[in-house]
Amino acid sequence: MPQITTANHSTLCEEKTMSRYFRNFVAGSLALFSLGSQAQQNFDNVEIEVLPVRDGIYMLVGAGGNITVQTGVDGVLMIDTQYAELSEKIYSKIQELSPTPIRYIINTHSHPDHVGGNANLAPLGATITGGNVARLQEDAGDGATIVAFETVMNNMVDEKYPVESWPSETFFVERKDMYFNDEGIEILHQPNAHTDGDVIVWFRKTDVVVTGDVFTTTMYPFIDKAKGGSINGVIAALNTIVDITIPRAKQEGGTLVVPGHGRLADEADVVEYRDMVTIIRDRIKALRDSGMTLEQVKAAGPTQDYDSRYGSNEGFWTTDMFIEAVYDGVQG
Amino acid sequence: MKPANHSRFIGVLLVCSSAAVLSTQANAQFDISGNWRALIHEDQPERGPGPDIMEYVGLPINEAARIAGMSWDPAQLAMPEFQCRPHPSDYGSRHSNLRVWQEVDSASQITTAWRTHREWQEPERTIHMDQVERPASYAPHTWQGFSLGTWDGNMLNILTTDLKRGYIRRNGIPRSDEGELQEHYIRHDEFLTIIAVVKDPVYLTEPFIRSSNYIVDPALAIAPYPCSPAVEIERAWGYVPHYLPGQNPFKGEYANRYGIDLDDSLGGAQTMYPD
Repeated sequence: MPQITTANHSTLCEEKTMSRYFRNFVAGSLALFSLGSQAQQNFDNVEIEVLPVRDGIYMLVGAGGNITVQTGVDGVLMIDTQYAELSEKIYSKIQELSPTPIRYIINTHSHPDHVGGNANLAPLGATITGGNVARLQEDAGDGATIVAFETVMNNMVDEKYPVESWPSETFFVERKDMYFNDEGIEILHQPNAHTDGDVIVWFRKTDVVVTGDVFTTTMYPFIDKAKGGSINGVIAALNTIVDITIPRAKQEGGTLVVPGHGRLADEADVVEYRDMVTIIRDRIKALRDSGMTLEQVKAAGPTQDYDSRYGSNEGFWTTDMFIEAVYDGVQG
Repeated sequence: MKPANHSRFIGVLLVCSSAAVLSTQANAQFDISGNWRALIHEDQPERGPGPDIMEYVGLPINEAARIAGMSWDPAQLAMPEFQCRPHPSDYGSRHSNLRVWQEVDSASQITTAWRTHREWQEPERTIHMDQVERPASYAPHTWQGFSLGTWDGNMLNILTTDLKRGYIRRNGIPRSDEGELQEHYIRHDEFLTIIAVVKDPVYLTEPFIRSSNYIVDPALAIAPYPCSPAVEIERAWGYVPHYLPGQNPFKGEYANRYGIDLDDSLGGAQTMYPD
């Protein structure tokens, strides 16, 4: 395996090899991610595709959640890391986009298809730091900083992710600001939406919003109730995205939206999705308020006009599971 | 002159003639450029004032489309996010005057694209004639989609994909973002006919076919159409206008007005054909 060096880009980072990290972490990651259908996936044939979004921002598509990469003079900032098994391919693509080190990784939430590569990719980066170094100066910048909402850390600890994949900088208020590569970046917590730790990331100068899984173009919203997700939180997050985005003329383009899964979008796409989720929520609430049981609500077909586009009868998130999550979420 | 040389000369002449013919075929055979005035002589009530609410006659829609249509509240059109949307390309040919021009590669003089501009909300399209690759599945969809064109005699065939979600009819019958549009542009002297065939695996059971006619009008002035969305009615944050199932107050209004059976007014492929 060829040596992949990051140290030559920073005096703070010792030379490392990809093989070292894969030896240490992939085995553990594979064990961790043997949950559900993801572990059955064969990653050998997965190619990482790169879609330029705008002015140094790219969307990387492979398996799992979309990755966003911001490049510039300060280095690389990436949002989410897909599965551990893809880290080498992902890192290779990032190096093609920019030879500078990965400085920051922001996690939109704690699911393995978004944080699985943390443990492999963070050590290949280098945080700019200094002062109060206990021992060698080189130790100060070891690895990229992983930023996430506090509950992402809690979830990853609970689920026994490798320590190296844990966020190294968490926050617990509604927003965190950064300034990197000559632009302001807002990290906005979306309470109890897809999970309890979702953030959307807003590049204010480039005018790009990265949503994580509160918005996808591929399926009904996955409401992870076990991790604090709720239908009303998802709808609130979608409305926040609609608030942030500003289309160019004729309701197209302008602010670009990188979804958790699916194609690059803009406000109009988010509006269509928001409308769909809101309409279904309202229907199920009306049916529940009329005294219907969950089974009666399912039989009434409240999602029928959207099922062939967003629904599924198999896999980890079926239409029935979505209806059930909404039914629970509109109680009272 | 020896006979052999004579035959060689004829052979060269034939090759040159064939090359000239092939060269012509590689380029656009027909010039469809110009300003075209829309002739609203077909389906005028639908294309002018607009269709009735819950008037789905003649649409090959499935039950999912019917449910979506009955859920549709016209108040949606007053929402800022909807005020300045142009018609998607599959609906655009039903509406608005049209300008067509071509883009030509200066070196080869080959038409690389046809461009169109419509009056209402100013949608512009590029119809690629140089067989560029279609966008990746993760690339954005647009109102006008991605169009590739080829000539078949005097008919320009266009296949458009990568469309944003739009509508089959302006009363809430949707066309999904998985739909596609096959068009045929045919010029007959001063007339242009556009035949649009919409296919949609989500909401249609059969292809939906419409034709629209235009007349060339060199004096036609296509005015600008600026649009700025504004909040016209103050609504609660996240308000989405729609009718809950069974609560659409307009149900039966169209059928009663025209004396049509309610089930027939709700469309389906069977309502496209004679009894």
